[in-house]
Amino acid sequence: MVKLQVNGQTQSFDGDPSMPLLWYLRDELGLTGTKFGCGVALCGACTVHIDGEASRACAIAISDVAGRSVTTIEGLDRDGNHPVQKAWRALNVPQCGYCQAGQIMQAAALLATTKNPSEAEINDAMSGNICRCGCYQRITAAIKAAATGA
Amino acid sequence: MTSVQTVIENVSRRGFLKGVLATGGLVLAAEFVPARAALAAYATGADKMPHGVKSDPHLFVSIAPDGIVTIVAIRSEMGTGSRTSLPMIVADELEADWSRVRVVQAPGDEEKYGNQDTDGSRSLRHHIQPMRQCGAATRQMLETAAAKRWGVDPGEVRAQNHEVVHKASGRKLGYGELAADASALPTPPADQIKLKDPAAFRYIGKGTTPIVDLFDITTGRATYGVDAKLPGMKYAVVARPPVFGGKVVSFDASAAMKVPGVEKVVTIEGTPAPAKFQPLGGVAVIARNTWAAIKGREALNPTWDDGPNGSYDSAAFKAQIEETARRPGKVVRNDGDAEKALASAAKVVSAEYYIPHSAHATMEPPSATVRIVDGKCEAWACVQSPGNTREELAKKLGLKEEDVTVHVTLLGGGFGRKSKCDFVLEAAVLSKAMNGAPVKVIWTREDDLQNAYYHTVSAERIDAGLDANGKVIAWRHRSVAPTILSIFKPDQTHEAPFELGMGLVDVPFDIPNLRCENGEAEAHTRIGWFRSVYNIPHGFAVQSFAAELAKATERDPKAVLLELIGPPRIVDPRKSPEVADFWNYGDPFETYPIDTARLRRVVELVAEKADWGRKLPARHGLGIAVHRSFLTYVATVVEAVVDDKGHLTVPRVDTAIDCGFAANPERIRSQIEGAAVMGMSLALYGEISFKKGRVQQSNYDSYRVLRIDESPPVTDVHIVPNGIDVPSSGVGEPGLPPFAPALCNAIFAATGKRIRRLPIGDQLAA
Repeated sequence: MVKLQVNGQTQSFDGDPSMPLLWYLRDELGLTGTKFGCGVALCGACTVHIDGEASRACAIAISDVAGRSVTTIEGLDRDGNHPVQKAWRALNVPQCGYCQAGQIMQAAALLATTKNPSEAEINDAMSGNICRCGCYQRITAAIKAAATGA
Repeated sequence: MTSVQTVIENVSRRGFLKGVLATGGLVLAAEFVPARAALAAYATGADKMPHGVKSDPHLFVSIAPDGIVTIVAIRSEMGTGSRTSLPMIVADELEADWSRVRVVQAPGDEEKYGNQDTDGSRSLRHHIQPMRQCGAATRQMLETAAAKRWGVDPGEVRAQNHEVVHKASGRKLGYGELAADASALPTPPADQIKLKDPAAFRYIGKGTTPIVDLFDITTGRATYGVDAKLPGMKYAVVARPPVFGGKVVSFDASAAMKVPGVEKVVTIEGTPAPAKFQPLGGVAVIARNTWAAIKGREALNPTWDDGPNGSYDSAAFKAQIEETARRPGKVVRNDGDAEKALASAAKVVSAEYYIPHSAHATMEPPSATVRIVDGKCEAWACVQSPGNTREELAKKLGLKEEDVTVHVTLLGGGFGRKSKCDFVLEAAVLSKAMNGAPVKVIWTREDDLQNAYYHTVSAERIDAGLDANGKVIAWRHRSVAPTILSIFKPDQTHEAPFELGMGLVDVPFDIPNLRCENGEAEAHTRIGWFRSVYNIPHGFAVQSFAAELAKATERDPKAVLLELIGPPRIVDPRKSPEVADFWNYGDPFETYPIDTARLRRVVELVAEKADWGRKLPARHGLGIAVHRSFLTYVATVVEAVVDDKGHLTVPRVDTAIDCGFAANPERIRSQIEGAAVMGMSLALYGEISFKKGRVQQSNYDSYRVLRIDESPPVTDVHIVPNGIDVPSSGVGEPGLPPFAPALCNAIFAATGKRIRRLPIGDQLAA
């Protein structure tokens, strides 16, 4: 039996301990905001926070999350108004939108530790998150806007 | 003239709005006799699309008593913004307040809504006029209802901002209060619909309307094909033949069944080629969750009979099609006498180009959920073609189309992949095998890359003859590429008119002796549409070669490009008998001619904005390319930097686009910004290769796409301003074709190295 916190709620799971956190969130808890993109931590679509740190939910087994606290896009801000979410909307970042939850979670984790990231720091933090529509230019702008409250 | 008999119908009877207008609001419903839209200012190809185009408000608009206006979106949303832009056009003409507008997605039903096939960059260009008519007709009906209520002449009342006003008396009625009366009125005939003066537009052309899904996307609430959730739903993954046309020989079902959570192992029959959109076949593992299904599949240990494509080797195929391109092919355009002019030319310049297969690699891999209850099938799917999906599902399951409902989710990228419903048919077969229980089929990234419909592979050869002054007097372009027709019909070895018309036979150059040829090529895998399709290889060859001609004559590439384009005029390829069936993207040539004045204008505009000719540091270079596709003119200038180790960076991209009237400039910018990123992905990395019929790439490590740290930090988009009288043209695709040649031309300017084979890969390594 694995116990963990997901978006502030205690959850327990007695299924296959090797199940990646991604499929637990999506299939067992119905939290489909966390997306499947590659399954091997190459694209970042499944990015969540584990104890505040950006992590790829597709590449960590549920058993490795025991006792830890997971935040998904659904739990990032109760009203959906995290500064990163607001900046994303102000700058019309998404196109298809599929990768955006992962991008936003990654950006939120970056800003939690780096208040005013440089372009190089943004590139470094965000280079694990693929956007096939090509919103990168706006992602950079939105992170800067979120950082400065602009 | 449109003949309409209007009836009032309670919303609950209308399945598509069920749950949306649960307030019991009245919708306008009609028995509608479709007629050609009499009042369209210009003709488009929309009428010729299967099921044509509809504009009747009874199909698209409903107004609840509380004034909430619900507008039906009929195009699939894959990132272009059409799910927002088309309802926005209706709302503007309707004088609706956008904050009180809701958008609902139509299920696949082309009999009712007209063509829904979201591809070919058609959504705006085919629907801007009908959607304006739809909104304006609704507005007039509300005005008529108000005038009747007040007993005044309709000419005295005016709809504005969600209410109808009688200025003389100061009386006002909200749309919600008028909806019932308005719905009882006949739709105004097309020739009596009065469109707004464009000066009064509130949303159209402004670019100030965010996409309707923006909040949901940023909060994780937006639902894509892979996100369907149904009671009792099962999860399936499929082991498909690694070689196209292969079949399963054996597998270990019992090993898969031993995985906890696995419920069933099902064989899916493949269909012999040409299999169109039918499943590839294979062995499905159905389980209680995705992970169990994946683990079950790992235990299957299948063996395969590879079939006739087991020897497909893309390196050998490259040599083969390049050789074909060195020989005469079928003549597909012939102006003057290119052979004679080449023979007598003072100088001949020749080059060969190669573009490999590539895969869409949409961030959301294909996924669909299907259930079958009491002989009725419901699908939730990320499809670009919901109408065709419905038709194919009905055929597959032996049901009538009216017993099949296709709910269209958001698409996590489409790019042409999701025009094919093979993955939905898989879910249907598996649901049937589970006695109709809902089954979600998930494609892993490996499945997506290894069992795709691939962009064609192409060899292009161009020979040009120059006179003593360096002017081009002869042009011979040979294209050799497997055709998309190969998935529909046997023995297809030539490019179809719609493929030839994408940048080969419509080359807009002012050259008296111009010949295009198409050599034979067989398809050894599934060939499918990929964003901008055959414009990619044709445009790469033509626009790279234009810069090669500049080098050959030691002139400025932009000047040579403009000289090749020649003076402002209409180029009509149909003058060559071989191009009698010129495709022109399915739209009338009269509405959308090949206008070299517009081509020249985007070249001049992008050159000016990019400060063409500016002094650059060492190892920097500028490249330019222009291409008309999907009836839109796009010119791109790329600045490339190649360091002494051969590492490439692109600090800046400028793109000028003339897409006629720009209905939603903000989404046009986002499409063109994105096209630069996808264009650079293709140019740098885009390659699917085959050995022994098997795809050698498997995930984003071996099939790389551009990441943020490699992406151009600046992509400036310059939209040519046009009035509403200039027909809107495509936007989703035309940004892509000029990018790769502009980049390679920039690399040449920076380094003197000419890239003729994509992807660039390590060709720049010092």
